[in-house]
Amino acid sequence: MLGKLSWAAVPLDQPIPLIAAALVGVMIIGVLGWITLKGWLPYLWREWITSVDHKRIGIMYILLAMVMLLRGFVDALMMRSQQALALHSQGYLPPEHYNQIFSAHGTLMIFFVAMPFVSGLMNFVAPLQLGVRDVAFPTLNSVGFWLTATGALLVNISLVVGEFARTDWLPYPPLSELAYSPGVGVDYYLWSIEISGVGTLLSGVNLVTTVLKMHAPGMTYMRMPMFCWTTLASNLLIVAAFPILTATLAMLLLDRYLGFHFFTNEAGGNVMMFMNLIWAWGHPEVYILVLPAFGVFSEVFSTFSRKPLFGYRSMVMATMAICILSFTVWLHHFFTMGAGADVNAIFGIASMIIAVPTGVKIFNWLFTMYGGRVAYSTAMLWSIGFMITFVIGGVTGVLLAVPPADFVLHDSLFLVAHFHNVLIGGLLFGAFAGYSYWFPKAFGFRLHEGLGKASFWCWVIGFYVAFMPLYVLGLMGMPRRMQHYDVPAWRPWLLIAAGGAVIILAGIILQIAQLAVSIRMREALRDRTGDPWDGRSLEWSTPSPPPAFNFAVLPRVEGEEAYWRIKQRARQRAKLGEEPSYTEIEMPRNSATGFICAFFATFMGFALIWHIWWMVALAAFGAYATFVAFAWRDRVEDIIPANAVARIDRANRSARGEVLAGLQVAQ
Amino acid sequence: MSAFQGTADRDDFNRLGYGDGARGRLNTADHAAGELASKRIIVGYGFWIFLLSDIIMFSAFFASYAVLVGATAGGPSGSELFDLRNTGIETACLLLSSFTCGIASIGARTHRGAWFYGAMTATFMLGAAFLSLEVREFGDLVARGAGPTRSAFLSAFFTLVGCHGLHVTAGLLWLSTMMAQVFAKGYRADILRRILCFSLFWHTLDIIWVALFSMVYLMGAST
Repeated sequence: MLGKLSWAAVPLDQPIPLIAAALVGVMIIGVLGWITLKGWLPYLWREWITSVDHKRIGIMYILLAMVMLLRGFVDALMMRSQQALALHSQGYLPPEHYNQIFSAHGTLMIFFVAMPFVSGLMNFVAPLQLGVRDVAFPTLNSVGFWLTATGALLVNISLVVGEFARTDWLPYPPLSELAYSPGVGVDYYLWSIEISGVGTLLSGVNLVTTVLKMHAPGMTYMRMPMFCWTTLASNLLIVAAFPILTATLAMLLLDRYLGFHFFTNEAGGNVMMFMNLIWAWGHPEVYILVLPAFGVFSEVFSTFSRKPLFGYRSMVMATMAICILSFTVWLHHFFTMGAGADVNAIFGIASMIIAVPTGVKIFNWLFTMYGGRVAYSTAMLWSIGFMITFVIGGVTGVLLAVPPADFVLHDSLFLVAHFHNVLIGGLLFGAFAGYSYWFPKAFGFRLHEGLGKASFWCWVIGFYVAFMPLYVLGLMGMPRRMQHYDVPAWRPWLLIAAGGAVIILAGIILQIAQLAVSIRMREALRDRTGDPWDGRSLEWSTPSPPPAFNFAVLPRVEGEEAYWRIKQRARQRAKLGEEPSYTEIEMPRNSATGFICAFFATFMGFALIWHIWWMVALAAFGAYATFVAFAWRDRVEDIIPANAVARIDRANRSARGEVLAGLQVAQ
Repeated sequence: MSAFQGTADRDDFNRLGYGDGARGRLNTADHAAGELASKRIIVGYGFWIFLLSDIIMFSAFFASYAVLVGATAGGPSGSELFDLRNTGIETACLLLSSFTCGIASIGARTHRGAWFYGAMTATFMLGAAFLSLEVREFGDLVARGAGPTRSAFLSAFFTLVGCHGLHVTAGLLWLSTMMAQVFAKGYRADILRRILCFSLFWHTLDIIWVALFSMVYLMGAST
């Protein structure tokens, strides 16, 4: 009846996961109870859960990422403290538990923190910058988000019911084959990534189509803001790379469930094929994550230097070059496979070549700041911190791309330090820069600058204290993923690294405080004009937060930096453009399809993990029925009447008119 | 240095020809100069992007088949197993069904029920015939001890061909849903867009089958 599932699946003998799960459970029940008591449930259902508005979906993506960041960071703290303790001893985490923790840490941070964070930013910002009212496929977008949430939920269910994978964030066979990992841990990993991978693919299809096909009149490709270009490149990579992940994990699933022989040791299976396939997805994935962050930095550097982006066209070229080159370097993840000197040399050189367009970007950002009037806002601090940190990470990456050096440093903490250096310094700083930059656009008030800067300094210092020792340890020969060790010389460095993690913890606490304080002080921090940073692209021409339809009238774009031109013209003429004539606007209706699909997908994933076959069939039928019900709808759009549009747009115009009048007085 | 001072209001700050973004070889002004693309264009375009991703998924299975084709582990190889006559009939069914699918989409566009329902039914029958032949072939192979668990080569073969078969199954489900929908709702614009997507999907399965037939069956039977 319930497949492999029984009470034995709940780890009653292990206090740590049980206490953690109990805490999470109490928090979830608490939040749900609070929401129900306050009577917010109908509002949440109507305005958020069933919303197909790209802005709301973007915000929910980022919320998911932040919650998962906390979970992933707790894993990091546990690993650092375990390694700080475990000299000549077992520490406090038994090996099978420690292995689950580093596996969950990597899986969560890449798939459920980094991915949703950049997806959220791209969803929120790109349509606004393109000057359009919606994405190409709004309901599909909602389905994509909720499937991602399903994956995150399944990973977290594994905390209480069963176990998580012990095979690291990429489950290399033969360890991940049934013979060596008979438990449900690998199955949890595989099904949550398969389900959320479908969500990511849908979101990628949606955003590629949006950026390529939906533009305000006059918004040619070479007039798009840099962030739209990086969105395009990142989503092209999603469309081209995620199917490889789906196929590869499907092969591993077939091995585990039906006794196939893709990656087994027997019957002709080929283990190295898994490494090749998974990294043919895995290396582009790195650029899927970091390219949107590059887009954020381009916007931030330009806005806060009060200059257009230096070398816009070379930036576009560099972005698209990275997009293509990212598919030519995957083998550098396993130089030690033994493909021979020639193959290794080719991939080593390709890996170094990819540093060239990245260098172009760094110089363009530097020259954007050069001669500009630089304002050191929180977003700008994250960006400058990124530039320095990322260059260090890039240099160690080029070092690792030299095959002989890689043979020495392979699988050591040097590698761990390198990829955290580029992921934290590149991607996470970019995500935080985007968070503080676009927060006022999303919610109508700015974040507290003082606490933001304090958090930035904790993060930056904490990062260096936590990860520079790992470079040293790698050079001293310490392998990654060690549950305990017997080399006393490593101990001091591991203690320093643990201290760095605590400094980062302070940064995270300050970020939470920043959010809470900013909400309490929201009247003082209110963004009344919709353009708090004197921005240059079209999202700043909308009120904060933007209305559901984004633009009352689609803007006419006549050059790069569309909104900057509109503002310049208004300043020269000392008045706003003519009031347009307003017409009613059709917007897609909200739909519960995404949420209900994810509901069934969660049951399907859970049932597949525990071999509850009747539930699999039931859930599959439910998902199909949901789609049919969606397809059978008769009313697909809501109409926003012209007078509502006019009211909202007139308020926006009068706020801007006041600013303009203020400027005239000042002159 | 002085060249950069007080330049915040000038247009070409960096003297790089910063300007209207509509110059040079990347000029795409004609593309977006007018109004937004129509919904039909956007939906078709987006579905093409999805199909490309599907083709990439198949290419991963093709690649693993190419790697594992020699890994028979002492078991039978392709030339001992493949029956080209059976596969030839399968191919004929699928190619014909693409033709009838084309007729169905013309029928839908011109709102001619007889053509639409007739051609969709024919497509369904041909697709189902293809599937039943494939299922019979699979069952036959398993009965001869050449199932997917026998060797890595057979694992890759069953996965590649089976993945195509699963797509055809999903296509049949989609096809019958579309027929029911046209029956219930008529030729509404959004339903016509779905029929467009369905026909793109069906033709893509044909393209993949052509690759499958040549690379797996023809090349496998000849060696």
